[in-house]
Amino acid sequence: MQISFLLNGETVTAETRPTATLLDWLRESRGLTGTKEGCNEGDCGACTVIVTDAGGPRALNACILFMGQLPGRAVRTVEGISGPDGTLHPVQRAMIDAHGSQCGFCTPGFVASMACAHLQGATDHDDRLAGNLCRCTGYAPIVRAARAAESAPVPDWMHDVAPMSLAVPGEAPDVSGDTAPSHAGVAADWGHRDPVAGTGASGAGDPGQGADAYRPRTLDAFATWYVENPEATLVAGATDVGLWVTKGLRDLGTVAFLNDIAEMTQVDVSESGIRVGAGVTVAALRTAVAERYPSLAELLRRFGSQQVREAATIGGNIANGSPIGDAAPALIALGARLHLRRGADRREIALEDFFVDYGNQDRGPGEFVEAVTIPRSTGRLECHKISKRFDQDISALCGCVHFEMDGDVVSDIRIAFGGMAGTPRRAPAAEAAFRGRRLDEGLAEAKAALAQDFTPLSDMRASAGYRLDAARGVLERVCDTGTGPRHVLEVQA
Amino acid sequence: MSIARAMPHDSAALHVTGAARYVDDIPAPANCLHLAFGLSDVAHGRIVSVDLDAVRAAPGVTLVLAAGDLPFANDVSPSAHDEPLLAEGHVHYMGQPIFVVAATTHLAARKAARQARIEIEPLPAILSLDDALAADARFEDGPRIYAKGDAAAAIGRAAHRLSGRIEIGGQEHFYLEGQAALALPQDGGEMVVHSSSQHPTEIQHKVAEALGLPMNAVRVEVRRMGGGFGGKESQGNALAVACAVMAAATGRPCKMRYDRDDDMVITGKRHDFRIEYDVGHDEAGRIEGIAFTQYARCGWAQDLSLPVADRAMLHADNAYLLENVTITSHRLRTNTQSATAFRGFGGPQGMVGIERVMDEIAHRLGRDPLEVRRANFYASAHDVAAGPGGQPPGAPRSISGQMKQGRGLVGGETPVHGAGDIASRGAMAEQAEPVGPVTDPGDVQTTPYHMPVTDFILHEMVDRLVETSDYAERRRVVAEWNAGNAVLKKGIALTPVKFGISFTLTHLNQAGALVHVYQDGSVHLNHGGTEMGQGLHQKVRQVAAERFGIDAERVRISATDTGKVPNTSATAASSGADLNGMAVAAACDTIRDRIAAFLSELHQARVESVVFEAGEVRVGGESYDFAKAVQLAYQGRISLSATGFYATPGIEWDRIAGKGRPFFYFAHGAAVSEAVIDTRTGENRLLRVDILHDAGRSLNPALDVGQIEGGFVQGAGWLTTEELVWDDRGRLTTHAPSTYKIPAASDRPEIFNVALWDGENAAETIYRSKAVGEPPLMLGISALMALSDAVASCGPHYPALDAPATAERVLAAVARARG
Repeated sequence: MQISFLLNGETVTAETRPTATLLDWLRESRGLTGTKEGCNEGDCGACTVIVTDAGGPRALNACILFMGQLPGRAVRTVEGISGPDGTLHPVQRAMIDAHGSQCGFCTPGFVASMACAHLQGATDHDDRLAGNLCRCTGYAPIVRAARAAESAPVPDWMHDVAPMSLAVPGEAPDVSGDTAPSHAGVAADWGHRDPVAGTGASGAGDPGQGADAYRPRTLDAFATWYVENPEATLVAGATDVGLWVTKGLRDLGTVAFLNDIAEMTQVDVSESGIRVGAGVTVAALRTAVAERYPSLAELLRRFGSQQVREAATIGGNIANGSPIGDAAPALIALGARLHLRRGADRREIALEDFFVDYGNQDRGPGEFVEAVTIPRSTGRLECHKISKRFDQDISALCGCVHFEMDGDVVSDIRIAFGGMAGTPRRAPAAEAAFRGRRLDEGLAEAKAALAQDFTPLSDMRASAGYRLDAARGVLERVCDTGTGPRHVLEVQA
Repeated sequence: MSIARAMPHDSAALHVTGAARYVDDIPAPANCLHLAFGLSDVAHGRIVSVDLDAVRAAPGVTLVLAAGDLPFANDVSPSAHDEPLLAEGHVHYMGQPIFVVAATTHLAARKAARQARIEIEPLPAILSLDDALAADARFEDGPRIYAKGDAAAAIGRAAHRLSGRIEIGGQEHFYLEGQAALALPQDGGEMVVHSSSQHPTEIQHKVAEALGLPMNAVRVEVRRMGGGFGGKESQGNALAVACAVMAAATGRPCKMRYDRDDDMVITGKRHDFRIEYDVGHDEAGRIEGIAFTQYARCGWAQDLSLPVADRAMLHADNAYLLENVTITSHRLRTNTQSATAFRGFGGPQGMVGIERVMDEIAHRLGRDPLEVRRANFYASAHDVAAGPGGQPPGAPRSISGQMKQGRGLVGGETPVHGAGDIASRGAMAEQAEPVGPVTDPGDVQTTPYHMPVTDFILHEMVDRLVETSDYAERRRVVAEWNAGNAVLKKGIALTPVKFGISFTLTHLNQAGALVHVYQDGSVHLNHGGTEMGQGLHQKVRQVAAERFGIDAERVRISATDTGKVPNTSATAASSGADLNGMAVAAACDTIRDRIAAFLSELHQARVESVVFEAGEVRVGGESYDFAKAVQLAYQGRISLSATGFYATPGIEWDRIAGKGRPFFYFAHGAAVSEAVIDTRTGENRLLRVDILHDAGRSLNPALDVGQIEGGFVQGAGWLTTEELVWDDRGRLTTHAPSTYKIPAASDRPEIFNVALWDGENAAETIYRSKAVGEPPLMLGISALMALSDAVASCGPHYPALDAPATAERVLAAVARARG
């Protein structure tokens, strides 16, 4: 398959499998070895690059970014962060001056993250760098470098514009979401029946490795196609599917890349609530809910690193059905509704009903998650994630509680936990203990009731006993009406 | 002056632009093959059958080799020849390589490696320390015991007695660059190997054995590593040997790099330990007698476990004078990855043991743990009269004088003959160490291994740190906070570090260098040390520049190369700058002295009057640019190339008796950590850290501070969030950064003050500097003790907090404290 995009300011056309990773292509086909492989699963950030699309620049992990996600994007690697004449970027200069590199292997990834933050004027460095692991420096000099570079002007060469025209060679992109699908005329739908004929790409190469790829532009086109190709692998952010390839060594078969469907990335706030398209990234949702649900925004901050939040989508996090996905418990606590679609048929269910059992969701063949709606509420939401490390870690458990008060009595409450069962699940017995009582009155009974609600497992993240104890701790914290800090992250030295 | 300047890492500009090359970045010839291992999925078993047909048939596969296909030695062990490259007959841990596949791409090799059909009859697996003790599965015949005084009697008559134990988890190195090697076949059957290794000579040796070649037919190059931390002292052998064997078999270049999950599943980690203690102490907390029993989980092969366990014993005292002490060490064999070197090399585990004891004694007595620590300190260097065997702190002298003395001392070194890995730290069982009668130290304070302690400076350092960190006032504020907060509790702790510097296998304390001065006045040098991020090349370059009186920019250091400097020791034991700096200085001085002799003759001046300074050479009233002086010497047919050699003087060690002077000197440091815990969930966080560290007269304060900051965070990570978990089948379930959590940026303390002690080394080291690679890691123990202090505020009982202190362990300790 031919994939055209901008690489360090230069238009390139790659002849590659769509499920080849950008990292492998850069290093093996392009000879750009500055971008490193540290973990090949999006957890260490050594492969961080800057990808610009219509939404602006984002720092992403190249190791789990498929080439098929890139048409029409602009990619900037560490080699392109210095100027064309070799002039160092201010963050590079600052990293040298602050002694921010030791072994240097993580450094290109840090430089990419720092240059992206610098481009966006972001100064929350600990958070921006949470997805870049360094084993040598202890981070202090790196953060010093990031601070020192804050006020330096952005170099000219850093302003990439996504060349969306490259998304479809020789054809203006069709951005109208209302256009009825017409496979014959819409170049973006080349993958519909005969990908090779559609692109002129050669059929040579490894046929078993996802040579079939589809890049729909509209939701309707995709819905129609997916009914006919229900076995296809859907790729949105690839933060999970990426690992099927890099770790599972799986061939994905037919793949649909969903990141050009603009309609899927909408967040609509209305009287009745917030409708979040399945393709909305965790980063975008975090921004959208920051004011109304600050606790959810903080949970979404801790959902993953900057690189992961900028890639991962809400639809993906829900659809893969993980018992430890962080979006689900919060959305269940908020009473979210899930919008599923198969072809032209749409249905709406309570999100909590989607998770039938471990590895089993209420989603039929050819059906996909289109959106999730958070109903308007007047209550209070609290989200508490417990993990071994605060940033860029998977929850041992994640407890989310939404409650409405009538005076000092709980009139309604929804408690949902991730990590406590095979699916994200509500805690009905604990909820019942609170309903109609003051929080402090219901607490003891609710804590005891958690043992009825859940029989957690022991694994490498936590033991069953700890999960239950910490879940009780979460309820205590929710009921804590004191004025001081309630979390160690709020404590100052 | 190049020395003591805060120059950036010599590769810094290459690092930040992505131009610095690591093994996988070296442009490989077009026909390069890529290798992957097929791994055992059983922890212990008998191999019944190995069917590799599907592997051979997989796309892109060129050649597949199993144990029986190897032409010569099937051995990648750095010690006891108990570690085959590919399993033979039995498998001993889950993740052990059974076969190796070469294919046209990395991905094709990885995919093919999963196609094997291997039948293994499972045998009972020994996974835990308790399993190993029950089965008496161990290395060496029985426990090793070091003793001084009469511990049992002293414990018996002490006013107070306590006993307990601490479990200390292991640690994954998580070097960001995984293990990697590239073998390039040469004409005549020779082999060139690029390896991400701390020990190129070991790689050379193992590759030569595997190919049936003498060492002179194998050349190993190491430009840099993307982190080592001990994990690349012996663990790179397998990849280099596999590549070399495959390259010899196919005639094609072969490259191998582990995917991260493979890396974590295959390679060894820091040893996890259990330490039991039985202590008698007085009312002030002074230890009168103490018995430690250390249990080290060594994994399936010996690797470097014996010297690691030795070093744990050698640091059981840390900074404290123990008059009556017994240390018993069990080196236990389990069906898990073979634990290996990791920054500190057992020292950290030994040190955690006694710091736990200090903490618990203080808790028992209701005292500030710092008081108890101070009460047990060794006497200050100021107050110690050097006894017969003691080495008095030397007065500062000119470096030239030192060099001459240093060279004089190495005249007696003799080449060591015989097979075996004599350049490895694991070699002590292979070779009878030429241990003479160990000198009786006489009437001076000594360590539990009878080495005089004459350079102890922690009294002064701790006084200073207590002041600069405002320890006393903050301890009061912490207590106040805890009185007012029922849920979030704070703790604070100051812990010291005294770390012994030298390889305990004495003959490894040697280094060589090769220095060339070119006609244009530029200097090129090589030494035996490897660059893994610590800035060794920059420090050594500064030394060379200082010797010639020129800017460091005129000195270049290229890849470490066994063809340039032979018979190198691993860059390990914090010794890189100490050993190689001295060797390079010696080589530079040889050339400098030749130039000086030539010019003094030319000018009819005394040779002593020739001065090399500020880029010039001054002689007899004349001043030459360095390049001009070099040019004149060249025209005068003076050799401008020299080797240098250094052997650490004055060390002798009998590891069986546990007696002698294993260390040239001690490096010191102290840290104050303040932490907060949540008693509802056990979540915890470091708030502030203040460090004062002893790098002697620092060769490069910026690089040294970098080692200290980084070492602390790595040490704190080991003791808090970094948890290795094996399941009941022996499978490592934390085999990727998604499940194994090293510190991230926000885990470093928000307030992080690091200062260098402004002293100089009492021992005659290169410019009186001190080794700084490993010691700062142990400053991280203060984080564990601060957490313990926070937990202790929750109730009357001692928390007995094990490591790593994850949220789960902290919560359990809170429950114990409350009782």
